[in-house]
Amino acid sequence: MEASIRDKYEVVIGLEVHAQMLTKTKAYSNDVNEYGSAPNSNISVVTLGHPGTLPVMNKKTIEFAIKLGLACDAHIAPAQHFARKNYFYPDLPKGYQITQDTTPICTGGSIVIRTDDGTEKSIGLTRIHMEEDAGKSIHDVDVYDTLVDLNRAGTPLLEIVSEPDMRSSMEAYHYLTEVRKLVRYLDICDGNMEEGSLRCDANVSVRLVGVSEFGTKVEVKNMNSIRNVQRAIEFEILRQIEVLEAGGTLSQETRAFDALKGITISMRSKEAANDYRYFPEPDLPPITITKEQIETVAQEMPALPRALFQRYTKEYGLSEYDAYNITDNKGIALYYESILAHTKNYKSAANWLMGDIKSYLNEYGIEMDKFPLKPLVIAELIHLVEEGKVSSSVASQNIFPALFSTQESPLQVAERLNLIQNSDEDALKGFILKVFELNPDEVARYRGGEKQLTGFFMGQLMKVSQGKADPKLANGLLRQLLDA
Amino acid sequence: MKITEELIDHIAHLARLEFKGEDKVSIQKDMERMIEFVDKLSEIDTENVEPLIFMSEEVNRLREDEPKVTVTHEEALRNAPKKDSDYFRIPKVLDK
Repeated sequence: MEASIRDKYEVVIGLEVHAQMLTKTKAYSNDVNEYGSAPNSNISVVTLGHPGTLPVMNKKTIEFAIKLGLACDAHIAPAQHFARKNYFYPDLPKGYQITQDTTPICTGGSIVIRTDDGTEKSIGLTRIHMEEDAGKSIHDVDVYDTLVDLNRAGTPLLEIVSEPDMRSSMEAYHYLTEVRKLVRYLDICDGNMEEGSLRCDANVSVRLVGVSEFGTKVEVKNMNSIRNVQRAIEFEILRQIEVLEAGGTLSQETRAFDALKGITISMRSKEAANDYRYFPEPDLPPITITKEQIETVAQEMPALPRALFQRYTKEYGLSEYDAYNITDNKGIALYYESILAHTKNYKSAANWLMGDIKSYLNEYGIEMDKFPLKPLVIAELIHLVEEGKVSSSVASQNIFPALFSTQESPLQVAERLNLIQNSDEDALKGFILKVFELNPDEVARYRGGEKQLTGFFMGQLMKVSQGKADPKLANGLLRQLLDA
Repeated sequence: MKITEELIDHIAHLARLEFKGEDKVSIQKDMERMIEFVDKLSEIDTENVEPLIFMSEEVNRLREDEPKVTVTHEEALRNAPKKDSDYFRIPKVLDK
């Protein structure tokens, strides 16, 4: 599509994110909440929807919702109750979902994203509410029957509904990245879109630039990665513009994303609009939340990525690039913090993390928490370089790799491998004179005016000293002796 | 409140029930009588009255997040009209 056509339209996107809570039990019953168990093994009479059974609210879910609310600067409702959302589907044995309708636990607040040009943009939140997941229907295994697994039924969910504040598929991408980062930092959801523990529906519409009414909204579902959410939205934007440009009209509908073809397909139109007949859930007594309770949760809040980013760039002098990459992953940020418990060399710690350590993680395909070296060891490496005992290249190329197969400290390794840098002037002088002796022609040429040969002498010196010459000291001494 | 045929159809669909011919006429009459009976309530002025949602004063009936196995896999499937060793089996709900 030509940019001139595309630019006539403004894109409006709002996202609904469902996050499965990392609680040990379900939302309203005490059966195990766990992904990947044998089918229909994590169940209870409540989950199975047996008559006469009563739900009992999981304390932890409320705490998790408060955490997320605080992280997003949302208003947390002091009083609330649950509602029944009624519909018939085989993976919903009760015939209704227990959710929150008129009294969501959190309202307002925002999530700050970093757009592609590095500026920040605040995406408003409409609400966050607590509800439960449905079971799983498997349609494609048996020819005649649908198979139902109720392990997932009753899993606590937080539904996070954004305002229609996003204006491009990339903004949606960044928003979702931030949401996932937040729930992982808070340890309330593992954020695994492939396994469906974090799911996203996108509401997409377009309107001519300058028009204030929203265009017809289309809901896009079935995206199992953040990249696919972006792709699905991008396709949907172009599809909608094409329909409008051809003089057509859009219908309000739900479309599914086909990741293989990269297109969206109509699932069902809203003509037979769902009638959920919400009403207050009489089986769950209302919830009240006190200021003290919120305060208690607030005190247990971990540092959040955006606050860390600010600290790293403003106080530690890291580049935005480094700060973003460190805070992007909670494991890496925690490791960085742990190194800093032993050294104040912020930049060096960041370099180790983003360089040698990250390469190691990539090479072995492991996450930060599986990295075998303790943060203290990295801090000791940094000290060795700071004290001038080894050069940074020796630390990186010789000591770092040797640390994985030993219990020794970096200093012990350096000593054992005879890598301690020689800063002793007499020893250095000896090495330099040895270099002169081996390369009389070059010495003559240097003294004849070819000053660029300094580099050559330094190289030779490193060779003769087996890399142990302290470069700073050696450089000065070398010139002094050459110019003598 | 008038109970129209469309309303009967809509409610029947939501309840996954089917009414035809005489049955539909009869349920329509039943519904009308029921609604009329309950409509009596709307004669009372409820202006400025907070809706009563819960019959008890109880709040925050919460439980600790501690798992417990109360129903086994076998027990869960026992009463199902159709099943295999792993799953509940139901008529296909989606054409693929």
